[in-house]
Parts: sequence; C-alpha cells; structure tokens
Amino acid sequence: MRRLLFVLPLIVLAALTAIFVLGLNPNRDPHEIDSPLIGKPVASFTAPALADGQPGIADSDFLTGAYKGQVVAINFFASWCVPCRAEHPLLKKLSAEAGIPVLGLAWKDKKEALQGFLGELGNPYDRVGTDENGRIGIVGFGITGVPETFIIDKQGIIRDRIPGPLSDDLIETQLLPLIKDLQK
Amino acid sequence: MTRSLCHALAAFVFAAFVLAGFAAPSLAVRPDEMLSDPALEARAEAISRDIRCVVCQSESIEESDADIAHELRVIVREQLKAGASDDQVRAYLVARYGDFVLLKPPFKAKTALIWTGPFLLLLGAGLGIYLYYRRAKRVEAAPLSAAEQARLETFLKTHDDHPEAGRKAGDAS
Repeated sequence: MRRLLFVLPLIVLAALTAIFVLGLNPNRDPHEIDSPLIGKPVASFTAPALADGQPGIADSDFLTGAYKGQVVAINFFASWCVPCRAEHPLLKKLSAEAGIPVLGLAWKDKKEALQGFLGELGNPYDRVGTDENGRIGIVGFGITGVPETFIIDKQGIIRDRIPGPLSDDLIETQLLPLIKDLQK
Repeated sequence: MTRSLCHALAAFVFAAFVLAGFAAPSLAVRPDEMLSDPALEARAEAISRDIRCVVCQSESIEESDADIAHELRVIVREQLKAGASDDQVRAYLVARYGDFVLLKPPFKAKTALIWTGPFLLLLGAGLGIYLYYRRAKRVEAAPLSAAEQARLETFLKTHDDHPEAGRKAGDAS
C-alpha cells in the first residue's frame, strides 16, 4: 500500500506524458472528427453544372439516376485551395484503381476560376457540380473545409468521410478495401 | 517622392489602428449578418457563443473570423427566422457536425468522464490524504512495549551525561 503511494505519482506522470506526446504527433489531424452523417443517406441537394449543356449533380442521381446501384466518391474542392492542387492527381488514381466515378463539387468557387483550374490540371471528375454559396457542403455534408472526400455506397448512403487531401497510402489502405467491400 | 509615400503609409497604418480600435468589438459578427429583430438576434448570439467553430476549434462561431464560422452564424439566424427553437437550431448543427460542435458537450455515457473526471480526481485525492493521515496517527499512537520501556529506563539511568546536562554545566562548545 505504502509502496503504491510512492509509485502513483510516477504512474500519473507517465500517463500525462503519453497523452501530451500523442497530442504532439505531427500526423494527428485535429480535423478528423467522426461525422454523424456516416451511415446516413445523402441529403437532398442539387448542384448546378459547371457549363451549360453538361449535367450537374443531385442526390437523385444516386438512387434513381445515372449512378444508381454504383459506389461513387464525392470530392469537395476549390480552385483557391492549395491542398486540392496537391490532391488532384490522386483523384484520377482513385477513380482508375477503384473503378468508380469520382464526382467533383466545387465549394465556394467561381465558374471561370474552376474552368481555369481544371484546364490547367486536367479533369479527373465524371461530373462537376457547383456549390457557389457553400451550402451543399455545410448543410448537406457537414464539411469543415476543402478538400473533403465522401464514399457513397450503392444505396446512396455515406460510408466514409476523408477530411483533408487524399494520399497514396490512404487510398491503398483505407479506400480501396472499403470500396471493394461496398461493391460486393 | 519616397517621403510622401512613407507618410501615406504611416497615415494608413495609423488610420487602420484607429479604425480597428473603434470597429473591433470582441465579436466577429458582421453587421450585415445581424437580424433586425433584437430579441431574435440576442437568441442567435446566445446560441452562437456555445457553437464551436469547426476549423478553429477552440473558438465559438461568435468569436471566430473564419469563413465557415460566418456561414454557421448565418445558418443559425436563418433557422431562428424560420421559427426554430434554440434546441432545434442546436440539433440541426449537431446532426451535421456531431456533439463536437457544441462547446458544452451533453452528458452521455461517452462524455461522462469529461464531466465527472475533475470531481473523481478530487475525491480520489481527498481519500488518499485522509488515509495517509489516519495511518500516520495510528503509528504515532502505538505505545511502547514492556521490553522497550525497560530499555529506555536503563538507557536514561546509565547516560546522565547527555547533551542537556553538558550545556547546563556551561560547556562553551
């Protein structure tokens, strides 16, 4: 009992040190907050197309429209967002390796700027919808910024949310297995 | 030429400070966000003070200048204008951002430790101190055994030249 009293402060110190060291981990992303929307159907929204004559994106596309019965990824991005630029080549990779369409939702951006962005870096998106006032992102998907990526299953239910840019590692270890599972 | 530029710059900086002094209340709410109905606006501000800015995290949306905080303030006001109750507005945000968006998390199984932790620590510390002192007192109160008493008496008898006696005798050292 007495010995325990002497060891106790050491144990407390070790526990606190562990908490602080974990907090300092440079790979820890404080934006990674479990989204309450995971497991819920996609909210209803209609995102106008980037250019006339092209299709926009709406929630009905997942249940009854063009993407019925398909697993898809939705990627929120913006031409003013630097990490989006870094992430851009990986979207093509995700689409090709997982065999799914990646849909782009341009968050709080202007059409001209977007056209410049996609013209310069290429267009990895199956469709691009615009969310000019940002409400689809905030109210529909609870995003905290761009980029953010969501995986939608065959029934139009949100299955995963990746805040921040994708990485090779993340695609291979997290997204590809999940998508494979959802495609069964 | 450069001097007048310097002056212009200095004047600009000065003006910026003066304006900042006048125009910077502690809140980040923009005038165009505010509702014309003061009662509704007061409710919006009260709610916003307890909503966490999802990018700055340690600030409420009422204090934050972040763009998304501005959007959330506008959404709070739109909901109130549409007739939602305070709880409904909070539920609307929690449905999208989780309990995390509330600066005061609700009391549930998952958050019980956050709320009760400090009291548990206090209780534990109090208990520890109580046990420690109770134990110390018990050790103090233990009487000498007969054998110890006998040893003490023989010691006192044979050592009458103990330090007390020496000092009384006027020893300078």
